[in-house]
Amino acid sequence: MLSRVAERMYWMGRYIERAENTTRLISVNTNLVMDMPKVKHIWQSLLLITGAEARFQQRFTKVDERNVIKFLLNDELNSVRACIGLARENARTTREILPNEAWVLINELDLFIKREQNQGIKRGGRHRFLQEITAICNQLTGILASSMSVDTAYNFIELGRKLERADMTTRIVDVGCLSLLNPETNDISEYDDILWMNVLKSLAGYQMYRQHVQDRVNGEDVVDFLIKNKNFPRAVAHCLANANESCKALPRNENTLREISQAQRHLDQNDVIKLLNESQLHEFIDEVQLDLANIHDEICKTWFMHDLSQAESAGSQKRLEFTD
Amino acid sequence: MDLKNYTPPAGAYDEILTEKNRARPELSQLVNFLKKNNYKELAARSSAAELLIRTMGITFTVYSEGQNIDREWPFDIIPRVIREREWRTIEKGLKQRLMALNLFITDVYNDEKIIKDKVIPRSVLASSKDYRKECIGMRPLHDTWAHICGSDLIRGGDGTLYVLEDNLRVPSGVSYMLENRNISKRILPELFEDHAILPMDDYPTQLFDTLSSISPRPKDYPEVVVLTPGIFNSAYFEHSFLAQRMGAELVEGSDLMVADDDCVYMKTVEGLSRVDVIYRRIDDLFMDPEVFRKDSALGVPGLFRAWRAGNVALANAPGAGVADDKVVYTYVPDMIRYYLGEEPILENVPSFNLEDKQQQKHVIANVENLVVKPANESGGYGMYIGPRESKRSTADIKRQIKANPRNYIAQPIINLSTVPTLCENAIEARHVDLRPFILQGNRSYVTAGGLTRVALVRGSLVVNSSQGGGSKDTWVLADKG
Repeated sequence: MLSRVAERMYWMGRYIERAENTTRLISVNTNLVMDMPKVKHIWQSLLLITGAEARFQQRFTKVDERNVIKFLLNDELNSVRACIGLARENARTTREILPNEAWVLINELDLFIKREQNQGIKRGGRHRFLQEITAICNQLTGILASSMSVDTAYNFIELGRKLERADMTTRIVDVGCLSLLNPETNDISEYDDILWMNVLKSLAGYQMYRQHVQDRVNGEDVVDFLIKNKNFPRAVAHCLANANESCKALPRNENTLREISQAQRHLDQNDVIKLLNESQLHEFIDEVQLDLANIHDEICKTWFMHDLSQAESAGSQKRLEFTD
Repeated sequence: MDLKNYTPPAGAYDEILTEKNRARPELSQLVNFLKKNNYKELAARSSAAELLIRTMGITFTVYSEGQNIDREWPFDIIPRVIREREWRTIEKGLKQRLMALNLFITDVYNDEKIIKDKVIPRSVLASSKDYRKECIGMRPLHDTWAHICGSDLIRGGDGTLYVLEDNLRVPSGVSYMLENRNISKRILPELFEDHAILPMDDYPTQLFDTLSSISPRPKDYPEVVVLTPGIFNSAYFEHSFLAQRMGAELVEGSDLMVADDDCVYMKTVEGLSRVDVIYRRIDDLFMDPEVFRKDSALGVPGLFRAWRAGNVALANAPGAGVADDKVVYTYVPDMIRYYLGEEPILENVPSFNLEDKQQQKHVIANVENLVVKPANESGGYGMYIGPRESKRSTADIKRQIKANPRNYIAQPIINLSTVPTLCENAIEARHVDLRPFILQGNRSYVTAGGLTRVALVRGSLVVNSSQGGGSKDTWVLADKG
């Protein structure tokens, strides 16, 4: 398989996952706002999670619900619309590899978001709009799992999705912790339970957590569950195990496998509950994110051959035209 | 209105019917079929064909106002028919032509005999936009530069067939030729029972064999790739179609690299993998930023160097376009005589050389009755068709000819032949041309028929798909017995 095709598969996986995660975040936080009317910085925290504060400030002056939602749904970079647009572009240029149904679905999702993009901004239409996006993303996962051979292409899509997912989980946990440590937290402690419940819900993990942890929802167990649980699909440890599986099936995988194992060891050797209580969790999560970045770099180096030439950024477009 | 009331336009040769609305020899079964089925029945088949084209995703891309629009391929169900007897002559003529053109290209980049012998003036070469001095001294394998050629044929009012131009750079259309046949077979199956039509679907295999035959490393399975400028190119459909049918990788410039050993490698997840033959669908100038346009992001730095070192074969070879120039075209019959010692089997459209003062004077005086074409454009762009132009553009073209005679050629207007075509409310006559594809490697091959392009606007002579042209399936009807 050509490196370019592999790269497009990988990014398609990442972008779809990113769009889905952002959609869930918006959805859950819209609910949270209704439960925590006195807390002011919920929308701010969404910008922290997506790491887009600086860019937001260039475009908007006021951090409020309308602006943040607009930004997360429609911005040119990393918004739900932008991610789906790029996923579509990557799919379009690799149509011969993807199952046709998958391409059709991504194309429809792109058209849907462009057509209905303003539906999500006001609270009235938001729920239905976001639900439709998550539903199509789930449908897509289903199509890929049930009609695509588990071959090189599939493994690259999986690799992209699982790394993106692990990354998002670490960000959400991180912001949860930051809120607790925040000096303004005086007004938040009474909402502790709601906050951690919200964190779980953002990752579609509330139900699974309740089944797994018998105790009431509390920070320690939630953090441990989301980072170290081996069975929950959005837990960092589970994502890494998946990435490891996909990677094993690829050629020339030694370096990447080593990076993944190292990240796994890093998780195993640390007691996150202890770190949380010692207020060290934020630093640890930084290290985990660094591990994820190293895995990504190794993937780019090994399979997309980024050090051989300046590769175009994913989805970059060449608009030169020739006729004959 | 159906075929019973069909009238070929005055002064044009109809490919299917005589002036008296009778079938031409051997075509009575086709004509009977068309007469038996009324307009409505044919229109229903036409809708079926459209649906098929949509679901099969046969498209071409039009670039306009900064946007790329993927359009469905325009197809007319009534075929254009040529009898095998005539076709065999055309086939020979096309092979003869391409052979002479390849000898010419070798000559101009090496010994320049044809110039020294004063058959072609040096000035024609020196001013050709596609002459590449970087190619001087090169001798590609089999002395073949143009491995794939698409020549446009037209038929005048008296039935004479002319070669209008030879496309030696990156001719396109062959995938549509193949798809047209597929659609015909599905839509008009009964006609294939009554007629023995020569098959054409071996083209991808023939193309692959031709490309394999020029591999610098003779082995069982040379690595052949198709190099595309990318998905925004108007012919991207064809690039991916041919790659798929040949079982070759479809690559973009960034997928390839030239290493220190001057060999070309493709970047794959298994690592670097050596490439032997590149069927490139990128213009010379965008091929290698080290040698040609520095701003090209589509090419591969070092590709030209690898080609000169003989480590990779390029089809068509860089510099082959020198024979694609419309002024050079006027000398092709002379080349055939000069290199092959044969008389040309196919005729050129008579052309005026505008650098000749006498001829230029004649053209300026009669320009309203002539066609004037830029020497180096393709796709029908920049064409001046005397009788249809305004006073203003007539004055413009006269001025341009005087200022830069080398940039143009002038020809009498050939009233292209017609074929019955399913139009909005009736079957009407529409003008057509024909583009067969010729391959040359260690041997020559011509497609059985070619791509028939049809001007869908009444009276129009412009058949290019980028300008409202459509297409037809082309049948070469086998001789009986």
